[in-house]
Amino acid sequence: MDLLKEILEHLQHGDDEKVTALTKKALEEKIQPKDILDKGLIAGMNIIGEKYKAHEIFLPDVLLAAKAMYAGMDLLKPLFIQEGIPTIGKVIIGSVHGDLHDIGKNLVGIMLKGAGFEVINLGNNVTPEKFIETAQQENAAVIGMSALLTTTMPVMKRVVDLLKEKGLSGRIKIIIGGAPVSEEFAQEIGADAYGYDSVNAVETVTRLMSKSR
Amino acid sequence: MRPILRFLDDELIERIISEARDVLCKLGVEINNKNILSMLQDHGATVEIDNNHVLFTDEIIDRALKTVPPSFKLYDVLGNETHNFSEYNVYFTPGSAALHILDYETKKIRKPKTSDYIRYAKVISRLDNIVSQSTAFIPADVHEKISDSYRLYLSLLFCEKPVVTGAFTSEAFAIMKDLQLAIRGTEEGLVAKPLTVFSCCPTSPIKWSDVTSQNVVDCAHYSIPIELVSMPLSGFIAPVTLVGTLVQHTVETLSGIVISQLTNPGTPILYGGSPSIFDVRYETTPMGAVETEMIDCAYNEIGKYLGMPTQAYISLSDAKQFDAQAGLESSMGATLAALSGINSISGPGMLDFESCQSLEKLILDNEICGMTLRLIKGIETKEDFPSLPRFKELLKEKHLLISKHTSRYLKEEFYFPGPVIDRASRARWQEEGSLTLWERAHSEVERLIKDYSTSRLQEDTKRELTKLMKAEASRYGMEFLPSECKKYLL
Repeated sequence: MDLLKEILEHLQHGDDEKVTALTKKALEEKIQPKDILDKGLIAGMNIIGEKYKAHEIFLPDVLLAAKAMYAGMDLLKPLFIQEGIPTIGKVIIGSVHGDLHDIGKNLVGIMLKGAGFEVINLGNNVTPEKFIETAQQENAAVIGMSALLTTTMPVMKRVVDLLKEKGLSGRIKIIIGGAPVSEEFAQEIGADAYGYDSVNAVETVTRLMSKSR
Repeated sequence: MRPILRFLDDELIERIISEARDVLCKLGVEINNKNILSMLQDHGATVEIDNNHVLFTDEIIDRALKTVPPSFKLYDVLGNETHNFSEYNVYFTPGSAALHILDYETKKIRKPKTSDYIRYAKVISRLDNIVSQSTAFIPADVHEKISDSYRLYLSLLFCEKPVVTGAFTSEAFAIMKDLQLAIRGTEEGLVAKPLTVFSCCPTSPIKWSDVTSQNVVDCAHYSIPIELVSMPLSGFIAPVTLVGTLVQHTVETLSGIVISQLTNPGTPILYGGSPSIFDVRYETTPMGAVETEMIDCAYNEIGKYLGMPTQAYISLSDAKQFDAQAGLESSMGATLAALSGINSISGPGMLDFESCQSLEKLILDNEICGMTLRLIKGIETKEDFPSLPRFKELLKEKHLLISKHTSRYLKEEFYFPGPVIDRASRARWQEEGSLTLWERAHSEVERLIKDYSTSRLQEDTKRELTKLMKAEASRYGMEFLPSECKKYLL
């Protein structure tokens, strides 16, 4: 079997050891790191995303596959020192100020990375200023905010408003998510989009990126 | 620990059985079958042949109870074991012999045809939580004299699962037995690996018709398992109290046990029934009434006390449409039945007082069965102690989604229902078309039919079954079977 296909297969089984070994072998055989990344690791994660959406596999399978992907990425990273790991876009994510829940937002981060995005995870309890400063510094195209509490949801609007004040609306897109959040709420506060789960968040961020191009 | 529900204590069970014996020995039973009356007379019962009446004796009741098997097994058409009716093992089977099906397109009931039956057999083939099929409804496109055997024929042709069935006439038994012999090869083979369970129904109050009592005898001759389906109606043709109804149910069921065991000791029996309360407002027999379900669970306790496996028509509904009532009555019945350890739980798919089958409801009921089967596995420790290492891992990793403990037990601990059960977020549900329960269930029906794999029964055997069925049909002037059967006539 072709090495890249093997990487793609073992990644889907969440076998990080095999993915590491095969990535090493592929590099020894002079396969381009970009090809290993695109046709092996990211292609594998794309299939995982589709299978997850179709209920063919469950969340733990996705996370194991992501772990295997990172194992391969760790070997590729040093080879992209000059230009950095090729990415289809940069996303800042975090749980909003006052909210300490971050597992959902972390899942979104894992899925975004799996799809080839660069993700800067600010953790939880992130202030509106921090979201925007980081997005500016990192030249990120999207800010993803999460809230689990109805009491912290208003912070999302503060970020949207602040972005507007700074004249950055449209240049930096905002996607929101979390259990109490909805499409209607996103529209109400002027966010660009709402993602109802991790796979949907990836699809939505991809759509936002293509719009901003 | 497997949770077990009980309604009766041993003292009450003994009293009910004792009262039932009193009725059997002092008031007796009407049996409209001279041969059976003679046989009972030969065994010491007091018989008035002309009045079709028999007074049982404690001796023959005891003798019958000693020979009833405490358990038995069923095997599919390929000979693989599928059921072990013993202890508190639980198996679901679709409700049987409906006159109508609920048509998805029109949302109205109609008489089913061969093509409907084949669709049913294909669907039931793929439902994991319903491990047997029943002859669920009666195709109206064949002569009524073969409507019982024809259902069995189609079931055996299209689905590998064992069949809960029954004969509508004494004459039909022969072909229904021959169809089974065509699969098992010999009578001994059929005894060794039972393929069907025949429902045999006494008539309340405390009677047996000629046909149904003869069915008991015929099944017993070939050791074909029998489910005795007594149907007292509380407050109408049975006492209004649940205990009084249980006494009557015991009388009727014990009488069937005696007939079967004196005919052929060791005949496998399911201590079954389809009792109901009588709704004096509507003159109906609600199968989904909580009291009906309590009677079912309670007679199951009596059956177990007497030492045999049990059956009940309990996980079904009286709703006319595939609605919330259909779900609530079916799931309440399934849950109570499984907690009580009723070994063969009949009902899935059934609506409208056992008169209407719905393929869409079967899909939902399959999930009810799945959840219920999970429920009775109870709560068990699985590498849970000591707890400290697990919680250290949780606090370190922040989640346990990819912990080895999770991957080992996730699918064992949780039952994951199919798409008919909506567990999506509202946004995802909307994105996927805001489908109603009925639409989701129908989409599953069509998917399962599309993915159906032909039964692995040998093609020669399928042709033999068709030959037998064609010969039976021609006895009643039907020269051709419906076109769906043609390919098996080659």
